[in-house]
Parts: sequence; C-alpha cells; structure tokens
Amino acid sequence: MRWRRLTANRLSFAALCVIALIAASAVLAPWVAPHDPDETDEEAMLAGVSPRHPLGTDVYGRDQLSRLIHAGRIDLLIALSATAVALTVGCALGTLAGYRGGWTDQAVMRAVDAVMAFPAFILAMGITAALGNTTANVAAAIAITHVPIYTRLIRGEMLKVRETEYAEAARTVGDRPCQIVFVHLLPNCVPPLIVQATLAMGFAILTVAALSFIGLGIQPPQSEWGQMTAEGAGYVVSGEWWLVLFPGLAIMLTVLAFNLVGDTLRDVLDPRMRGVR
Amino acid sequence: MSDLLEVRDLAVHFATDRGVVEAVDGVGFTVRAGEMLGLVGESGSGKSVTAMALLRLIRPPGRIVRGEVRFEGEDLLALSEEQLRSVRGARISMVFQSPRTALNPVLTVGRQIARLFELHQGATRGAAWARTVEMLGRVGIGEPERRARQYAHQLSGGMCQRVMIAMALAASPRLLLADEPTTGLDVSIAAQILDLLRDLGRRTGASILLITHDLGVVAEVCDRVAVMHAGQLVEIADVRSVFARPEHPYTQALVRSIPRIDRDVAMEPIPGTVPSLLAPPPGCRYADRCPRVLEVCRRERPPLLRSTTHHEVACHAVEAQRVPALR
Amino acid sequence: MGFGRYVLQRILLAVPTLVGVTVISFALTYLLPGNPALVKAGALATPEVVQDVERRMGLDQPVYVQYWRYVRNLVRGDLGESASTGRPVLEDFRQRVPATLELTLTSLLIAVGVGVPLGVLSAVHRDSVLDHLARLLGVSGVAMPSFWTGLILVYVFFYLLGVAPAPLGRLAADVSPPPRLTGLYVLDAAAAGDGAALASALYHLMLPALTLGFAVMAPLTRMVRATMLEILESDYVKAAWAAGLPRRQVIYGDALRNALIPVITLLGVIFGFLMAGNVVVEMVFAWPGLGHYAVTSLVTKDPGPIQSFVLFVAVMYVAVNLAVDLLYGLADPRIRLR
Repeated sequence: MRWRRLTANRLSFAALCVIALIAASAVLAPWVAPHDPDETDEEAMLAGVSPRHPLGTDVYGRDQLSRLIHAGRIDLLIALSATAVALTVGCALGTLAGYRGGWTDQAVMRAVDAVMAFPAFILAMGITAALGNTTANVAAAIAITHVPIYTRLIRGEMLKVRETEYAEAARTVGDRPCQIVFVHLLPNCVPPLIVQATLAMGFAILTVAALSFIGLGIQPPQSEWGQMTAEGAGYVVSGEWWLVLFPGLAIMLTVLAFNLVGDTLRDVLDPRMRGVR
Repeated sequence: MSDLLEVRDLAVHFATDRGVVEAVDGVGFTVRAGEMLGLVGESGSGKSVTAMALLRLIRPPGRIVRGEVRFEGEDLLALSEEQLRSVRGARISMVFQSPRTALNPVLTVGRQIARLFELHQGATRGAAWARTVEMLGRVGIGEPERRARQYAHQLSGGMCQRVMIAMALAASPRLLLADEPTTGLDVSIAAQILDLLRDLGRRTGASILLITHDLGVVAEVCDRVAVMHAGQLVEIADVRSVFARPEHPYTQALVRSIPRIDRDVAMEPIPGTVPSLLAPPPGCRYADRCPRVLEVCRRERPPLLRSTTHHEVACHAVEAQRVPALR
Repeated sequence: MGFGRYVLQRILLAVPTLVGVTVISFALTYLLPGNPALVKAGALATPEVVQDVERRMGLDQPVYVQYWRYVRNLVRGDLGESASTGRPVLEDFRQRVPATLELTLTSLLIAVGVGVPLGVLSAVHRDSVLDHLARLLGVSGVAMPSFWTGLILVYVFFYLLGVAPAPLGRLAADVSPPPRLTGLYVLDAAAAGDGAALASALYHLMLPALTLGFAVMAPLTRMVRATMLEILESDYVKAAWAAGLPRRQVIYGDALRNALIPVITLLGVIFGFLMAGNVVVEMVFAWPGLGHYAVTSLVTKDPGPIQSFVLFVAVMYVAVNLAVDLLYGLADPRIRLR
C-alpha cells in the first residue's frame, strides 16, 4: 500500500527514476560512458555540444559526458558511505544515550551539541583540511557532521518509548535490555530514519561538491562533479558554458531527486513529521 | 416565541484524496429567540461542522453544497462575504473548544476583547477598554483590570473560557454558538461555565446553540435538544421529552447508555460503529445499528416529521407505528 | 523572575558548547599533518633547531597542557601566524572581516527582504500561481550548489548580457577604495560622498550578494511558508474569523504577528547557511574575505588560517544563536512573562 502511494505521486516517481538512472549509470559507468574519460580528442579541444560529444569537451579534449558519468560514481559512493556510517554511529550513540541516561546521556549530548555548534560545511572543511583530502577522509568528514542528527533522533525516540508502559511490561516479563531495544524500541524509529537518511544523501552530495570546488575535496586525476565545475569555472568568462552547466546540473538534479523522494517519504511514512528541515 | 434561526437542508461535503466525505447531510432545525438548544451527537456526527457552516466558516477542502440558513429573515448562505462579516461576532458569535488555543498568545486578553468593541460598536480605545473590563467582571473574572492586561498563558483553563465567552458576548449577539465549551475543564469549573452561559443567555435574551457529546450537560441547561447521527438530524424535542420519552432508536440507545446510580441497570453500549461518511448508504445512516430497522430504512432517507407539537423524529419505524393510530 | 532565569539558562548553556567548540577546534589543529615547528623553523633548519622550536611551542608537552596553552592563546587573541602573509592571523582576519561582513549583510538583506514576504504570501495565497512559483524556487534553490548559481549568473550577466562586472573582487581595477570608516565600501563611499567608489562597489557587490542571497532565501522561504500555513490553521485564527475581524487584520495582523516569532529562530539557522555559502561565493567571485583567505592559505600549505576560520565561524554561530534565543524570549510573551 505504501509503495503504491509513493509511486502514485508522479513527481516523486520521476525522482525515483532519476535516482535509479544515476545509480545505474554510476555502477555501469565503464559500459555506459561513450568514451574513456581520460582519453583526449585532439580534434575537439574545448569544443561545444556536438553529436560526438553530447556535453562538449574540456581543454584537453576529454569527453565531458563520460567524465560526468564516471565522476558520479565518486559522488554517490561518498554520499552513500558517509550516510551509512553516520546512520550506524548515530543510532548507536543515540541508543546508548537514550537508554542509559544519566552521565552517558549527558556526555553524548554535550559532544553532539559541540559538533552541532559548527555549521556542517565549515566543520567538514576543517576536518578535511586537518586530515588531508582523500576520498575516505571526505566521507569521514561528512559522516561526522551528520552523526548528531541521527543521535538526537534516536535518543528522542528512546526517551519517549522508555517510559511507556509497554517497555515497562517488557522489562517485567524479563526481556534482556538488548532484546527490548532491538525488538520493541528500534522499529519505531525506522520511518523517520529513512526520511532523514534520504534527505541527508542530498546534503552529502552538495557538501562533497562544494568541498571539491574549493579544493578541499576530491582532487584530480579523480574527477568529481564539483571539481569538474571548478575546472570549468575559469572558462565561463570566455563563454565556454558547457564545462560549468552540466556538472552543476548533474548535482542539482541528483540532490533534487533525493529531496523529492525524501519529502514524499515523510508524507507517506509519518504525516506527523511534516515540518521543515 | 419567534424563530431566530431556521436551518433548512444544510449539507457540507469535504473533498479528501480518498473521496468525498458527506459530513453534514440535509440537516434542518430552528432556534427560537431566547432559548438554549443543545446539539448532541457522537464525535464525527457533524455537529461542529454544522455550527461552523452557520457562520460560513467552512474552508476548503470543505464546501457547503446546499441549504438555507435563515437568520432573522436573511439567508446567511446567500450573503456576500462583506455582509457576512458584519454578522459574525456582532449578531452571531462563537465560543470554541480548548479555550487556551483559541486565544491569541501574543495579544493581551483585554486587547482581544476591546478590539471587538472598537470593530462592532465603533467605540474609541478608551471606551472599548472600559467596556472590556466591565465585561470581564460580568463573566465572573476577579480583578478584571489586572487580568485584562495579562496573556492567555497566564490564565487558568476556566478563566480562558470565561474570556472567550466575554469575547463572544461583547457585541451583544442574538445567537451564541458554543462548541463543546466544557470539554477539557474540571467538572466543577464546567458546571460554573454552563451556569454562566445560561445566566447570560437569560439576561441578554440571546439564544444559545450548545454543541456537545455529553448528554448530562444537555440535561442541565438546555431547553430543547437536537440529536445528530452520522451527519443527519434524527430527533428534536424539548429536553424533558427527549429524556423521558425518546422516540428515535438512536436517542433511545443514547439515553439508555447513560450510567445510572439510582437503578441497578447494566450498561448498554450501542452496537456497531458510525458508518463511513465516504460512501454513505442512501437510506437512514443508523440502519445497520438499529434494532427496529425496516427494509425501507435502507432505501429511503426518513424525513423529519412532527410527532407531537414540539417533537420531531426522522424514523420510518416510528412513522409506521403512528400512521395506523391516526386513521 | 521567569525571564531572567531564561536568559541565565541560555547563557549558561552556551558555555559548555563553547568549551566543546574549542576542544574540537584544538583537535583539528592537533591533527594537522606535518610538524608546525618544522614549518616555523623553516626548511633549512637543523634537527636541533627544530627541536628547540618544538619545545618553545610546547609541542613536547602532554595533550591537556597543549590544550590549555591553546585556549589561553585564544583568549589573548593569539591565533598564530600566517605562513603565507607572515603576519599574525588575527591581523589578517581584521583586515578581511569587512569584506565578508559586507557580503553577508547584503545577502541577508536580500534573503530576508524577499524570502520572508514571499513565504508569507505563498502561504496566504495557497495553491496560487505565486505559491507554485515560490515552492518551485524553494525546492530547486535548495538543491542548487551555490557555486553553480554564481557561475551561471556570471555567464548570463557578464558574458552574455554584459551588465555585470567580471568576478574579480570588490572594486574595478582603476577605482581606489574610499577612506576606511567601517571597511564596508558601500557605506564608506556613501559617507565620503565618493560617487565613483560607491557605484563600483555596488556594481561588484551585485552578483555575489544575489548568489548568496538566493542560496539562503530558498530554505528560508520554505520554512516561513510552513510556519505561516500552520498558524493559519490554528484555533485562534479560526476564532478571529468567527469574531468578524476583517481579512487583512486576521492574516497580516494576528497570524503574521504569531508567525514572525518563530521566524526569529530561523535567523539562527540561516546564519549557518550564510557562513557556509560565504566561503564558496567568495571563491567564485574572488571576494577578498575571510573564507577566501582561509581557503587560499591552504594552497601555500599554511593550515593555520583555515582552522582559525573554522573556530571563528563556530564562535560567531554560538553567539548569533544565543542572541536569537534571547530575542525570541523577548518577543514571545509566553517566555517573557513566565
């Protein structure tokens, strides 16, 4: 029933298709891309849109479409791993804080407050500057900035449910704490988690792109959408628009797709949550 | 006594993404000058919607699809928005449930009442404030000058409700719509509020339409009672008759379900549930739960017919029983 | 008094947060690759000199001692030196703050000036053309990377239409800055009556402010719209309709007054977006502000400025949120008169 409601909304269905398309092209990049992304075409350096190079070429003659497709792999990979790690760590911390209470709770929440005192992007900048900009570090930086969201969410749910008679009853029956947590408490948290994680994917991609744009993220020879935009930035003043338009468009459409799906999920899974992030 | 308000065939529909909900279906009743009419029903019976519809306060996705609301001769549903605005608050006003949330949290309660005096009576600021303080005193709030300068969150629930009543009576309306005014209040406070309403009604000569799900409240203060079920009006009578000689099977069941301390009677819940208003059955909406259901009940809507001078019932079974007696 | 307690509570809560911020900031500087003593001593220094520098910098001390030194230095305003400019970082900051301030304030003005009314009107005229446009702008604006928006604007307005200047800084090359009063060129030029500088400053401020303003406006409009919609559905608004109050008063009086209070809290969140967007926009337009300084220092392997920048932004963020909380408390009688 829920699946039907998700697809019934045409816009979110289109968004889902976009995500599927991008994910598929990322996974199948070597077979989907028309050219080798590193291959240079001497006859078409800095060439505009053409049948041979649908998205143009850069100053070395590399096909932008192929580069775009390959770059998408990094963006999605980082966003996915950062979100997965943040989710896991956040849930663990939140469960710990919410269930144990007392000093554990205080300690975790103070740490969370400290992390949230930084605007997320700024903190990510600091972390990648400190650790060095490898793919793993960028993902770690983003993960760290996202952990607080999940921690607070889970902790909130834990606190709510811990005091209910349901949990009380489970305790008296003799369920072990682990059991109570996993069987009774966590299932309640799944819907808002899914919504939050979907929306977080969009933010993660924007963060990777922005970091790479200013030089703190993915560096050449690895290509990434934000980094490609940075390469093309210098050519905008001389009119070569395709180097900037397409990577940015790729970012925007992907993020938009995740946001739309996330919003629809929010309406479907938990209408009570309808607030604004 | 003359009729202050005459409602005829009022119907309100709500468009939801699962279909059209017929919340109010052909409701008709009158309110006489100076009387207190109780509008009773389970939650979801359409009583609040009916009240909102009288003042045309129904917003999309709700829509008044047909009906006439004659107030002092004019059909309110035919007036322009401009004309209707001069009726609201001045000639017909409304008191809402949950008084705390019905008061604006960022304005002093005095300001919220005073501006109504300014609006409806053209009073100056000073005069309006004086009348406000006086009004607060009349509804039983102690130290009215101090209280007028306070905000809703600084007052108790009972006081907030008194403020709401003061707001509603500020412009001396002829008709007051009270939507569940005692829900959420302590029993003792609730009793005080009801007494206040009846008192003020008697003194100003205003009529009151009291909407509630609580039969006990109705028995306390109302002159007449109208019973609603699933968006339809099933019985109207004076309060004594409704409790002593209820005629509609639903009313009978309601009356029977009141717990009694003087007699040892088993509690009798009404079987079944209110039918879905999404695709309502064409006939009487009580048919599935009714012990006296006839075949015609499922086909045709029973009309509201007079059984005695002040007693109207909408029921085929009751009709069928009476007609032979008339012959 | 209730409000006094509220203020105290908020201030007290900010303290551990600030401590946490310094801890994280210290951790980030501590984690920096490379040996800062080496950088300071220079590439030609012998190991003994490096060791000596290390001892003087306290790098051989245990962690908590170093942390204490770090905090003490912070309080004294010592943020270290910039290897690229050779000056104390604080000095460099002071010089570049006005540029960032000018850009931030202008963008904030645009975002709030357009975003709040748009959100309100969007909610009031729900499902109208305006509403759909506003929602479209909001949804797509949130997904657009600000560096992309900036570059597209440059392409359209500079390259195609020629109505904007090249993204090369705050003033045209042949215009000298006005005498420094506040450091904000627009204000200083106006104060000095320097028409040429004023025009040039505004001309160059246009695109960057629009870019950042739009980036921040998108989430703000969505949030304002949601708040206003919620309030329009509230019981007291219904009661106001029932009391016969005119439409203008109900919507732009009662409802709006209530909606603007939570919008104050939004300003705190918006500030976070502003600072994040600032860095990117300064890079796109070569705007010589703090973010630009922090990022370009990295090119010369100078890690200090960026961590100082991160710390600075965090402290400002905490301060702004505190101010917003206090303002909110003042505005909402439910808190002001507890």
